[in-house]
Amino acid sequence: MSDTLPIRLTINGHPREGHCEPRKLLVDFLREDLALTGTHVGCEHGICGACTVLINGEAARSCLMLAVQADGAELLTVEGLATAGQLHPLQEAFREHHALQCGFCTPGMLLTALDLLRTNPTPTEDEIRHGLSAVLCRCTGYQGI
Amino acid sequence: MSEEPPGWIGRRVARVEDARLLTGRGRFIDDHPPLGDIHAAAIVRSPHAHARITGYDVSAALRMEGVVGVITGADVARSTRPFPVGVTAPVHYHCAATDKVRFVGEPVAVVVARSRYLAEDAADAVRVDYEPLPAVVDVERALEPDAPILHEAVGTNLAGHRRLVYGDPDRAFAEADVVIRERFRFPKYGSTPIETYGVIARWDDVEEAYTVWSNFMGPFIMHGLVARVLGVPENRLRFIVSTDIGGSFGIKSAMYPYLALIALAARQTGVPVKWIEDRREHLLASSSGTDRVAHRELAATKDGTVLAMRYRWLDNVGGYIRSPEPGCSFRPVGNFVGPYRFQHLEVDASVVMTNKSLTGPNRGYACGHLYFETERMMDLLAQRLGLDPVELRRRNLIEPPQMPYRSPTGGLYDSGDYPAVLERAVEIARYAELRREQAAARTAGRLFGIGVALAVDPSVSNMGYVAIALDPQLRAKPEYLPKSGAVEAATIKVDPQGRVTAILGTAPQGQGHQTVVAQIVADELGLAPADVTVVDEMDTLTRVWSISSGTYSSRFGSVGTSAVALTARKLKAKLLDYAAHLMEVPVDQLEFRAGAVRPKHGKGASYSIKDLAGRAHWNTTSLPEGMEPGLQATGVFGFAEAQPVDEHDRVNSSNTYGFIAEVMAVEVDPETAAITILRYATVHDAGTIINPMIAEGQIYGGALHGLGGALFEELQYDEGGQLLTGTFMDYLVPTASEAPVIDIAHVVSPSPLTPLGSKGLGESSSMTVPAVIANAVSDALAPLGIGITELPMSPTRLWALIEGARRAGRPA
Repeated sequence: MSDTLPIRLTINGHPREGHCEPRKLLVDFLREDLALTGTHVGCEHGICGACTVLINGEAARSCLMLAVQADGAELLTVEGLATAGQLHPLQEAFREHHALQCGFCTPGMLLTALDLLRTNPTPTEDEIRHGLSAVLCRCTGYQGI
Repeated sequence: MSEEPPGWIGRRVARVEDARLLTGRGRFIDDHPPLGDIHAAAIVRSPHAHARITGYDVSAALRMEGVVGVITGADVARSTRPFPVGVTAPVHYHCAATDKVRFVGEPVAVVVARSRYLAEDAADAVRVDYEPLPAVVDVERALEPDAPILHEAVGTNLAGHRRLVYGDPDRAFAEADVVIRERFRFPKYGSTPIETYGVIARWDDVEEAYTVWSNFMGPFIMHGLVARVLGVPENRLRFIVSTDIGGSFGIKSAMYPYLALIALAARQTGVPVKWIEDRREHLLASSSGTDRVAHRELAATKDGTVLAMRYRWLDNVGGYIRSPEPGCSFRPVGNFVGPYRFQHLEVDASVVMTNKSLTGPNRGYACGHLYFETERMMDLLAQRLGLDPVELRRRNLIEPPQMPYRSPTGGLYDSGDYPAVLERAVEIARYAELRREQAAARTAGRLFGIGVALAVDPSVSNMGYVAIALDPQLRAKPEYLPKSGAVEAATIKVDPQGRVTAILGTAPQGQGHQTVVAQIVADELGLAPADVTVVDEMDTLTRVWSISSGTYSSRFGSVGTSAVALTARKLKAKLLDYAAHLMEVPVDQLEFRAGAVRPKHGKGASYSIKDLAGRAHWNTTSLPEGMEPGLQATGVFGFAEAQPVDEHDRVNSSNTYGFIAEVMAVEVDPETAAITILRYATVHDAGTIINPMIAEGQIYGGALHGLGGALFEELQYDEGGQLLTGTFMDYLVPTASEAPVIDIAHVVSPSPLTPLGSKGLGESSSMTVPAVIANAVSDALAPLGIGITELPMSPTRLWALIEGARRAGRPA
């Protein structure tokens, strides 16, 4: 049970490595082994979307993946959105429009929004609502988002 | 809202909390270990709804990798006391099952291991022997003479019962022109914060003291209860609440039994223990609002004047009655009559235990239930009399000259102009235009409806209300100690460099307290919010607090902001006195302006806060004689109107009362029963609004919680007591696609009871949306003869109603 495997991956542009059991979830590996606690766990069954990260450029639930499956991948987590102390335009927009209250779903919401804008740079309101329905927020009523 | 206010209060100040939360640097309970060597707990839970525990075998689990210990109900029975409950019935509620299990998911054992993975492995190996018993989940069935009994010591499933009579309802009913009767059902739902419960506990066997970190939101009266359960003096139990809490909506007020359970596990295993609830556990066993069967009666004259009402409630609190229940029945006692003038009321409340999970506060605590029933009854009356539902309400509203208004149940509505708020809602919803659209839609065979709902929005519970669950004869005994109060505290200090820090322990869950406190202090001391550092972290050992502290019952906007303002004014008075002494002028000739004490008129020396701070800290002889050194103030604000329940069962159960008026238009698809919200307007009077952006955020969020309960959310059980909605795939909550466009407006009637005139509005539209949408859908379905009496209005349930009407030959 305790046999561990090495995992090497790139997170937010930096090479990172660690060892973990094959059964360890990617989100637990990020949070516990790499201390990247910005990614949150809300349901562990792929519905709430709080744990969403970008894996090789695509949004994915880090609670539905094993860490070993991410070996060799490039990840973007919420910690990598701001650059050189400058908030990403999405982060700025979230702040300006009160798109967060408790902030627990926010990392997943931001990365899902980023994924949406990458695949569809000019979404309609309906497309935005549909795209963001992948993440549950219980504070904001989604208005600011 | 278009004009910029003169100060910081009233402005849409961006939140200081956002920078850390947007960059993944929040400090939630599961993020940063507060100490080393933390082990993980996994909780073994009952698969049975009702069963007797006949034995445990933990030997296999103890042999498994990484396991340091297992505690069971036997340890709980031996080493802890049961929690006190809010009724006199002898319900023994422990932090885990000891003799019997009474709902699926009830904790029966805790495994502690090196990691959560290993703890869960071992939890599967814990053997608990059960002797299954018949279960009961329905409140009406639970009261039948042959129903299975959950608590033998109680002898019935009725945990408590009160009949409250105000005025002379019998006479009013006898004299009425019109009497309306209806039966309603309200569902069991919980607002499921995305962050689940989390507890880290440590027992220090040298100091003989517990430290418990958690995302508990208060009320901190529970601190004393947990100490009692654990058998330690209160100063040997320290609660520390994480800086950030990932939502709560009342639900995390019910996590306190886990604080005791994990603390016990830490003490018995000798290691610090962390337990993070998973979503399955949360849906199974955290907390929810009660499901209720309500029988309502309304008496009125033929012009539509309501004379009296009768409420008969069966509230389902689940397998035990966990404090603050039976608040499900009594929390809104002061505003039982809502915004209406009628004086005669009878309330018959039965609090029933069944084999479902336990209940507690959920956003709008009991008010969603109350107003769903009342506002449906008002519409039924309007329908009976052929009156417009807005007009009917106009005829019954409390009028502005009656303010402050003492309700027949003892509530003191502090301020408000209810007709003005209603008219504003009618105006922004373009009600007359909606009625014209509806006429056209009906001609075309479409199911188009308009709903109206009103609510008195109570904030800051008076701790004394809970005693209404007790019989007046018991309360009259000399040994009975009356309860009352609603207080909050704040400390503000100025350091030697002149930096201002405000310190609170309110345990916010996303309401932006740091931002709001900075706005208030900035206004009082003539600074900018950025000049004020706000630390809002609860630590029972170091913060000034009282039993009612915490963030629940829409408290912060009312009592929390009042404590901050009061404290800032104390500090300001001291700074003025000191400056007057230095300047050798009378204090009444000075004022605080732009961060400095200056002469009110003419030129002259001024002292900045920084200057005063430097002098005060570095040269205490510069202080006037008798002035205490140091520049800080602590203020504790309390409401004098928070009095105990009187001998006639009257109590001012809250301290400030806002008002809400809503109008909603919907269309129902006759084929799919899907409900489309076409317009939704909500107008609030919560007194002075400190940050409109944050206030609107609360309204949006509250509205969606109400919408979830009205349309989708229900913790459903089968007859055997198994939960059918145990994941987010089955328990449906609103997503961005279901969120309606909301038009918000405010009317401001400042509270005379708070220094800033503010009231709470955290629960806001969660209490009106079930009512307004049920009225709108009922109006849409009126041509089919359908009126909504049961929530949620899921497509399946609604379709069955429509189909039934069609079969009965009514036009569709």
